[in-house]
Amino acid sequence: MQGQQRQQTAGLEEKHKLATRWYHWINFPVLTVMIVSGMFIYWAFDPYRIGVGDFTLIHLFPNWFYDLTHIDRKLAIGMALHFLFAWLFAINGLLYVAYTLFSGEWRELVPDAKCFRQALDVVKHDLGLGPLPPQGRYNAAQRITYTAIVLMGGASLLTGLAIYKPVQIAWLTTLLGGYEWARWEHFWLTMGYIGFFVIHIAQVIRAGWPNLRSMISGYDLAKEKENTGAGRHVA
Amino acid sequence: MSPEQSAAEKELAKRTRRSLLAMGGGILAAAVGAGWLASGNYNEGDIPPNFRRVFGANEKLVRSSLYSNNKLAPTFPASAIGKLKVNGEEGLEYELEPEEWRLEVKPYGSSGVTSKLVMADVKSLPRHEEIIEFKCVEGWSTVTKFAGARFSDFTAKFCPGSEKAANVGMRTPDEVYYVSVDMPSALHPQTLLAWEMNDQPLTHGHGAPLRLVTPVKYGIKNIKRIGLIEYTDTRPADYWAERGYDWYSGL
Repeated sequence: MQGQQRQQTAGLEEKHKLATRWYHWINFPVLTVMIVSGMFIYWAFDPYRIGVGDFTLIHLFPNWFYDLTHIDRKLAIGMALHFLFAWLFAINGLLYVAYTLFSGEWRELVPDAKCFRQALDVVKHDLGLGPLPPQGRYNAAQRITYTAIVLMGGASLLTGLAIYKPVQIAWLTTLLGGYEWARWEHFWLTMGYIGFFVIHIAQVIRAGWPNLRSMISGYDLAKEKENTGAGRHVA
Repeated sequence: MSPEQSAAEKELAKRTRRSLLAMGGGILAAAVGAGWLASGNYNEGDIPPNFRRVFGANEKLVRSSLYSNNKLAPTFPASAIGKLKVNGEEGLEYELEPEEWRLEVKPYGSSGVTSKLVMADVKSLPRHEEIIEFKCVEGWSTVTKFAGARFSDFTAKFCPGSEKAANVGMRTPDEVYYVSVDMPSALHPQTLLAWEMNDQPLTHGHGAPLRLVTPVKYGIKNIKRIGLIEYTDTRPADYWAERGYDWYSGL
């Protein structure tokens, strides 16, 4: 069986495990529903902004944005969606973390000290200013970003719980700075996902079809020896 | 192109096709799931019944594993008190003469109203003060001081034994606004029948002469200008639950 598997994949290189792909592609629509329903909820009380003192660069969100997206007046269905899909988000995320820990794959993902030095070189490379440093499955910038996004997922669960049951889990709410701070933290974590999404999609487009295909099928064509895989796998 | 390379490309194409088919199946399953979620009959402005079932499952889990009347909502110093806004005037549309107000009580198991209390009856109960963070379902909160009688003391004095009921229903005198609350939350030590807010008698907009205050529920359950209290195993009508919100709405 094992030998047959190998033969079948001759000339191919495994890029992503089946489990990783499942968790990734389930998380994508689930997180989308969480963000959209979160916006439905946020609309009902939208105090946050980007600004300093009395100067407001942008109020989140401006009226034109609500008019454009029609996320207004949907608090009730927003809460109904949020407290259902939170389960899917939590279960899928916790299964992914458990899988990564038990399979040992976390070693390829969690950044080491070297990564923080190399990450700058990766950014320079992405801007066309230098070579890509040697890497394993993921480059230094990816390891930092993907680990951060998993930690943010955990933080979203905790801040969400703190807002959901601020009396029954008052210790957690207090730990996060109180009810209003927990809501602020929950909101900005979400803004972080949107920022990540924009860069992630830009990188996927830049990397091209073979890279996206490897996240779907798990495989890419095996490269010639001495090829570090530069430029292929950046999303 | 070497034969090995083209075999690999074929294999990759096959694998990609297979994975795309699986994703298509996933999208189809998601569409079926979405259809199921949205199915069923419900009134305009309410949410589909399957979402209601999820609320119910969450409620069950919270009540069996998390909720306790030993857990108190955090309290705050007087310096933290903010200005609570009037948010919703349902049931307060007409002027109420204070001396005309009566609190009707329907104890557990009785078929009708057995007593009509006056303010002095309610104020004869031990007075409690609390400075809590009042939380609106919309997402905002305001630290506010309330004074009144514990709902548990009220029940013990005016309808002892009614603690056995599953729920408490309350209505404004004109029956325009109405809520129902599960018994554990009603008997929580911080659940008050309040007549004072921030050291002043309740204003018209905040529910004079008597309102419910409970930090274990969103503001939508903190009914103003209570005219009737009933104890029952059924789930009396709830204004915002009829309009798509979680009936439990527990914090």
